[in-house]
Amino acid sequence: MKLQEITVTGKKATRDGFGDGLAAVGQTNSKVVALCADLVGSLKMDAFIKAFPQRFVQVGIAEANMMGIAAGLATAGKIPYTGTFANFSTGRVYDQIRQSIAYSHKNVKICASHAGLTLGEDGATHQILEDIGLMKMLPGMTVINPCDYAQTKAATIAIAEHYGPVYLRFGRPSWPIFTTNLPFEIGKALPLTTGSDVTILATGHLVWNALEAAKRLGLEGISCEVINIHTIKPLDTATILDSVSKTRCVVTAEEHQRNGGLGDSVAQLLSRKMPTPMEYVAVNDSFGESGDPMELLDKYGLGVKDVVIAVQNVLKRKKSPVLV
Amino acid sequence: MTYCIPMFPMCQKNINMANITELENIAQQVRRDIVRMVNQANSGHPGGSLGCADFLTALYFEIMQHQTKFNMEGAGEDLFFLSNGHISPVWYSVLARSGYFPVSELATFRKLNTRLQGHPTTHEGLPGVRIASGSLGQGLSVAIGAALAKKMDGDNSTVYALTGDGELQEGQIWEAAMFAPHHKLDNLLVTVDWNGQQIDGSNDQVLTLGDLRGKWKAFGWDVLEIKDGNNMKQLVAGMRKAKNQLGKGKPVVVLMRTQMGAGVDFMMGSHKWHGIAPNAAQTAAAMTQLKETLGDF
Repeated sequence: MKLQEITVTGKKATRDGFGDGLAAVGQTNSKVVALCADLVGSLKMDAFIKAFPQRFVQVGIAEANMMGIAAGLATAGKIPYTGTFANFSTGRVYDQIRQSIAYSHKNVKICASHAGLTLGEDGATHQILEDIGLMKMLPGMTVINPCDYAQTKAATIAIAEHYGPVYLRFGRPSWPIFTTNLPFEIGKALPLTTGSDVTILATGHLVWNALEAAKRLGLEGISCEVINIHTIKPLDTATILDSVSKTRCVVTAEEHQRNGGLGDSVAQLLSRKMPTPMEYVAVNDSFGESGDPMELLDKYGLGVKDVVIAVQNVLKRKKSPVLV
Repeated sequence: MTYCIPMFPMCQKNINMANITELENIAQQVRRDIVRMVNQANSGHPGGSLGCADFLTALYFEIMQHQTKFNMEGAGEDLFFLSNGHISPVWYSVLARSGYFPVSELATFRKLNTRLQGHPTTHEGLPGVRIASGSLGQGLSVAIGAALAKKMDGDNSTVYALTGDGELQEGQIWEAAMFAPHHKLDNLLVTVDWNGQQIDGSNDQVLTLGDLRGKWKAFGWDVLEIKDGNNMKQLVAGMRKAKNQLGKGKPVVVLMRTQMGAGVDFMMGSHKWHGIAPNAAQTAAAMTQLKETLGDF
């Protein structure tokens, strides 16, 4: 696909995609139940609750209990979707997820909103940037970080048919919608543009920034292959290696710590299969802070210009592999 | 549908002493199994296991309606969740003696490639186990989830759970304790193994549990007590009474007084046998105190 073929069909938050997806999958799969820890409005769960009040469980501000209850519901054959902020969906309840869900291989869908810096003004207490790492380290856990409203909705529906624990990560801000007419398949990377100079592997909100960067770089005559890695685990290694074997350099982009994120997974793959110059667009070992989401992305090095700079840097290294 | 012990009809009202003797005999064998398993593995938790030998025997051979042909979802049958997973020896023995898996498999406890992991897990597919436990405080929440699912499905069977007493120091227990009455989970029967001991000493030395009855009551539970959870007659009567309290709009908790190490005199009443294995001489001494009623594994 060419860059100019990417069509923006509107602007909505990825969490709206979760809410709409949940209501839709509730209609088609009667085993789906939902739980929330006092954040129904933020998670956009109202439509599901209105349609299926008997299949919704308000747990109160008790996330550890919510994860355990979800595991129990799954044991009895339900497909529970837990809803709270990403911070409270992961770090706060890591051991509950580890023992009662992951190790016990329960069919629980951990749905996490307000991930990353774009949560904005609430600040670092709520802006988790470690959650992908935490979740991908758990054996058997599937980790999905969709990039827009449409993909989040599609993922929310798709995970009901995928047996096993899933971490679904999405966010707060209104964001361009550009995958409305594109396919979504768990574990299958989505190439968005074909290019020959550099592969940009992006996940979540940063996919849009990668596309914007590719546009700017195109004006300089640099051809970018932007691939949307919505499923960080299991990683679509074939698609990545196929692209990198052609471009011979990589930039990863994510709203997460560099440690433990998508970039780490890609580096692990490439170091073993295809050592390649690589640059990261990610938060570098830092907490966030209060502020406007777009200003925060810029301050912490996740803006469009940061993707552009990372590409320019990796292209230099591609020509001269020794870093100066 | 085959229930495990047809010789104990579920509906009987009076406690038949012959049945009590039968249950006591099973519990004797379970105690032998526990001591021998922990000795052979040279690790494990004999104290709490011995203390709950009578309870789990009563539960699986008298109180619960369950199928030994294991089905994870357990629709239409009573379910049990062990929250204090470290007392796995007693549960494994009772599951095996009930017919969930061969008794001979008890010999593999804690050994490489076993389904009988140090703490219970679904990971190796051991029949009878529905969730991993070991990291404390989580099992009550899981039992609540299963009880909720039964409510959603109009399934009238009961969900049972056992927690330790030291385990009540975990905050998640009280999240769960607050939840169940709010949602009127009157198909949930939780037993607390109140032996007063934990790894570092007595509950009162480590972190006092205070007015346990008052705490559960304040959270909205129907609270019952069993004064001697190592007395089979009292235990069966107490659990039947607790069962009769189900279906009345509240979850039920039974505070069950037990002795850690019950049945082996040198292990009784002390926290020292929480998590250490008896050696060959100690095992031999214990065997002289416990009758082999069903044949050792």
